[in-house]
Amino acid sequence: MTIQTFPAGKDGENGTPPEGTEKTDSPGRSGEPGATGAQGTPVEVAPVLTTVVPAGARRRGVPRWVRRPVGPLCLLAAWQIAVWTGSASTELLASPWTVVTTFADLVGNGELPKAILVSLRRAGTGLLLGGFIGITLALLAGLFRLGEDLIDAAVQMIRTVPFVGLIPLFIIWFGIGERPKTALVAFGVAFPLYLNTYAGIRNVDATLVEAARTVGLGRAGLIRHVILPGALPNVLVGLRFSLGIAWLALIFAEQINANRGLGHLMNRAQEFQRTDIIVVCLVVYALLGLAVDAVVRLLERLLLSWRPAFSGA
Amino acid sequence: MATGLQRSVTATGGGTEAPPAVVVRNLRRSFGDTTVIDDLSLSVPAGQFVTLLGRSGCGKSTLLRILADLDNEISGEVRIASRRAVAFQSPRLLPWKRVWRNVVLGLPGRPDRARALAALEEVGLAHRADAWPKTLSGGEAQRASLARALVRDPELMLLDEPFGALDALTRIRVQSLVEQLWQRHRPAILLVTHDVEEALLLADRALVMEDGVISHSVDVTLPRPRSVTDPAFVELRAELLARLGVGASSPS
Ligand SMILES: Nc1ncnc2c1ncn2[C@@H]1O[C@H](COP(=O)(O)OP(=O)(O)O)[C@@H](O)[C@H]1O
Ligand SMILES: [Mg+2]
Repeated sequence: MTIQTFPAGKDGENGTPPEGTEKTDSPGRSGEPGATGAQGTPVEVAPVLTTVVPAGARRRGVPRWVRRPVGPLCLLAAWQIAVWTGSASTELLASPWTVVTTFADLVGNGELPKAILVSLRRAGTGLLLGGFIGITLALLAGLFRLGEDLIDAAVQMIRTVPFVGLIPLFIIWFGIGERPKTALVAFGVAFPLYLNTYAGIRNVDATLVEAARTVGLGRAGLIRHVILPGALPNVLVGLRFSLGIAWLALIFAEQINANRGLGHLMNRAQEFQRTDIIVVCLVVYALLGLAVDAVVRLLERLLLSWRPAFSGA
Repeated sequence: MATGLQRSVTATGGGTEAPPAVVVRNLRRSFGDTTVIDDLSLSVPAGQFVTLLGRSGCGKSTLLRILADLDNEISGEVRIASRRAVAFQSPRLLPWKRVWRNVVLGLPGRPDRARALAALEEVGLAHRADAWPKTLSGGEAQRASLARALVRDPELMLLDEPFGALDALTRIRVQSLVEQLWQRHRPAILLVTHDVEEALLLADRALVMEDGVISHSVDVTLPRPRSVTDPAFVELRAELLARLGVGASSPS
């Protein structure tokens, strides 16, 4: 093997870096004769240089939080204009402006806040109940071999039942008050939390468990310092799934014989063909979902601050 | 099950053999049909620095895990000092605990920050006490793991290739750190390595593991600090390499 030296006086002869991207007809790339060194030295191809843009520079211009709402707002504006020009019917769907005024009315007469509170309480109670059941079962199945044998197969079996299909059964069991609604939310919520918590416990890095054993941690110490914190990221993923399902379960449960809550408001609106109220309720559902998601993300930031997470490209 | 050994009361030195920190007799460990450790016997006196050499896959880690009481699917007799600490090739810090809490993990009572800082100071890492482990460099994380071992004031330190993943410069620094810590605290050390030079730089005694047993034991009496250019060192290295079957004078 020989060590080759590149012909002198090419790159950087005047202390300047070789030219790359700025110059369109880079001599090296076109392979002009001057690029070939003496006696079979390989053609020296000038690398095409890319400029690394500093992060600060890239974020100049209109800030993101201003840019992002522009798309949805344009859509709404187009729709409203279509209604005003008469090319969209308000029979099928109320115009954005009507929705806004209806929203103000419903807030003004207190109907909407009251309905939201009722629905939130149902979702919250169901979430607490289902979350407690799901996480407790996952801890038993994840931490104890006996628990795994007794619980996991049963949970995996029940999990395949689509929870919406249970509504008739829940009505027979729990009547038509609050309880079937809470039960349905709890049922839907329990599974994602169970599955993710269980997987989180089982996937805790075995080398960390071993290291913790060598410093003298017993079973309780292992669970407290290694296994539960190690499973926490998965638990939070499960929580996010659960919250999505909680809303879904709530909407289903409230469509059926509710005399209070957001679902009741929607049902009544359907009877009177008030699409504006229906849209208000849908928007409220969506906003509540967003708010809850923001809470979970805040929780993640607080609880998982140790994790240098990939924050998106 | 490995049993605890009485803590040594007498200091090392003075010519007489120190009480043992490790006693292994007729140890056997199999994985299915393959016997990795086959009738192995070994004794390490308190305060002695022992390095364990051997080809990859010859069972060094297996032996170390047994001595760390992480593996008791064994037959034979194993007695080990009750105050012991382990450092692995990767630092194995809990990523969700700050560095100082990792250092005092498992110690009885409330986490003692002052104690953690003292140990971190010894490995030159006190300024990173409040960092998250994932923000440490490889060398820093390995030193934190040494602090975690040190804070237990061990009578026996088991080190499984703790320098293996470090770059050459950091490696030299952490090597001499381990030697200093050993000279200051005098635990018995069993250091697994595949680097003959490292073994001879640090050890009172270099062991070679082969076919499931300790096949050679070389007492290294060179004065410290040692130099790889010392003729006596070079000679010893050649001898050890020959025993490992890779030296210039290797028998065919
Ligand atoms: N859990 C295990 N199951 C099966 N074989 C194993 C296990 N752990 C180690 N071995 C085998 O035992 C032998 C010794 O492994 P090890 O002690 O890790 O070697 P090394 O000397 O490189 O540290 C290897 O052949 C390895 O494949
Ligand atoms: Mg190994």
